[in-house]
Amino acid sequence: MNILVCIKQVPDMESKFNVNGEGSWYDSADLAWRMNEYDEYAVEQAVQLKEQAGGDLTVLCIGPERVKETMKKALAMGCDRGVHVADDDSFKKDPFSIASIIAEHAKVKSYDVIFTGMQSQDRGSAQVGVLAAETLGIPSVTTIVGFVFEGGKITVKRELEGGVKAVVKLPVPALVTCQLGLNTPRYPTLPNIMKAKKKEMLTVPVAELLKTSAVQETKTIYFPEKKGGGLILEGDIGELADKLIKILKDKTAVLA
Amino acid sequence: MQGGVYDLIAFANKVGAESAMFLVGSDGELPKYEGTVYLADVAACGEYNPDVHKQLLLEIIAKVKPDMVIFCHSSYGWDLAPRVANALKAGQVSEVVDFVDGLPVVPVCNSKLRRKVAVTTATTVLTLQAGAFSLADDPTGTPTVEKISAGGTGRIEFAGYEYAEKGGVDLTKAAVIVSAGRGIGKPENIAIVAGLAKALKGEYGASRPVVDAEWAEHNRQVGTTGQTVSPKLYVACGISGAIQHLAGMKKSEFIVAINTDKDAPIGEVADVLVVADLKQFIPVLTEKIEAM
Ligand SMILES: Cc1cc2nc3c(=O)[nH]c(=O)nc-3n(C[C@H](O)[C@H](O)[C@H](O)COP(=O)(O)OP(=O)(O)OC[C@H]3O[C@@H](n4cnc5c(N)ncnc54)[C@H](O)[C@@H]3O)c2cc1C
Ligand SMILES: Nc1ncnc2c1ncn2[C@@H]1O[C@H](COP(=O)(O)O)[C@@H](O)[C@H]1O
Repeated sequence: MNILVCIKQVPDMESKFNVNGEGSWYDSADLAWRMNEYDEYAVEQAVQLKEQAGGDLTVLCIGPERVKETMKKALAMGCDRGVHVADDDSFKKDPFSIASIIAEHAKVKSYDVIFTGMQSQDRGSAQVGVLAAETLGIPSVTTIVGFVFEGGKITVKRELEGGVKAVVKLPVPALVTCQLGLNTPRYPTLPNIMKAKKKEMLTVPVAELLKTSAVQETKTIYFPEKKGGGLILEGDIGELADKLIKILKDKTAVLA
Repeated sequence: MQGGVYDLIAFANKVGAESAMFLVGSDGELPKYEGTVYLADVAACGEYNPDVHKQLLLEIIAKVKPDMVIFCHSSYGWDLAPRVANALKAGQVSEVVDFVDGLPVVPVCNSKLRRKVAVTTATTVLTLQAGAFSLADDPTGTPTVEKISAGGTGRIEFAGYEYAEKGGVDLTKAAVIVSAGRGIGKPENIAIVAGLAKALKGEYGASRPVVDAEWAEHNRQVGTTGQTVSPKLYVACGISGAIQHLAGMKKSEFIVAINTDKDAPIGEVADVLVVADLKQFIPVLTEKIEAM
């Protein structure tokens, strides 16, 4: 079994964001970086599949030098090798370009299963996985919350609205995009973190894999107007509690 | 009729577009709409098969030649839209919340930022965030129906549905809901949130990561894939305010958020945002309420 998992490095969503000089994206200075949450489920499922079926598991990430830190976590979780597609401008690339790069890498590697997250937490396009699969001409299923590989076939649960799930079966090669609730990602253990340091990490310049051009561009990025006009309370805990109780008494009937 | 049809019509009206609709459904249940509905029979292709639905849509697109193809950002839309976009070599913009100066606007970083996007291809594919566009008046009109049918079976085989188990607490009946988010940190802290709920004579709820981690049962989950609630008071504890959570609670009469992050998007809908560590603040608050 030859497996690929695609991960993205994103800022911690609780960071304080600023707009960059060009007004085209958030400023990357002073942010804490981590693995896109949905990609953690993808890595965990890929590692579980490898543990079950054997074979080789590659983790791929497109981005600047710093993404290697996040890739190391994936290696420590159990991926066998890393492919770092070096690109300082990855934040400017649209989903179509990112998907094309992944497809260009994958088309000569004959992966049986490709895992991606259902969406990235910063860009949130929910497109890259499906676009890569369509480019490669392989079937894909989005938003999976269950995954079983048996008898050469994949059975997945696909999450729909209102607590309903569709069970679908598909042949390999295939691509699946992973959703919250699929599994509980493991914490890398210290010995595995040490082992990860010795695993292969191949760096490929993006120019080698980028054969397409963008189909969209960001005009501006900005903070939304605060329309709620809600009250913000800060300060001493005891006083905050008193203030909140007074508000609840005045504005709601629940403390009457 | 699945939700969202009228969001799509509202969007078409907003941009002043001539439109046609693709619908998988039946003659007996059509939307109120003045235009052509290309109707695929629900009995033949109601079970979503991406290959088949993509083919159906591409045939209509070849005939109608639209400038824009729009979907709801739902399990159907986010799955099908990129397939269609890829086939048309069209740029896609996902989860559109606004349309300004002829350009779609989308959220970035859990709604902390907004981004205006320009697509450079002849055709644009969009998915619309649920509820971002809605009709001002009740919909009217009778569509002209053109039946279409699909060939082929596709590579993905549908094997049935699974439904969430029913029973247990019914959040939709609670007058007060205090919900726990990932900010509670560990399962033991559910007790802090449940304690406040009890003091307020309400129920406790949870965001999805808390339910996925099995710190709370699924019937306590609030949001698009959980319950939609509108209590008199909703207290969001350690919940960032992702769109899928907001969709389930923003109609609450009064909303209080307790969060260490002053900029958390929950602030957009909260009447009061208390900037504090919930582990310290809630026990103090609960004690004061109990002493009343
Ligand atoms: C298709 C789909 C469907 C979904 N359906 C749902 C759904 O039905 N319901 C749902 O809730 N989500 C749903 N989600 C997930 C959603 O996108 C978010 O991931 C989720 O709501 C985040 O939960 P959270 O706010 O608890 O956690 P986070 O986003 O991690 O936020 C934690 C918050 O806690 C705060 N915090 C941290 N420590 C403290 C502290 N000590 N005191 C106070 N505050 C603290 C942080 O500042 C942060 O704002 C869905 C996602 C998708 C893609
Ligand atoms: N720069 C990247 N490098 C590798 N994988 C990526 C990158 N960007 C997005 N992906 C993958 O595509 C998924 C969906 O991203 P998006 O379409 O941006 O929402 C993510 O969860 C990742 O698995």
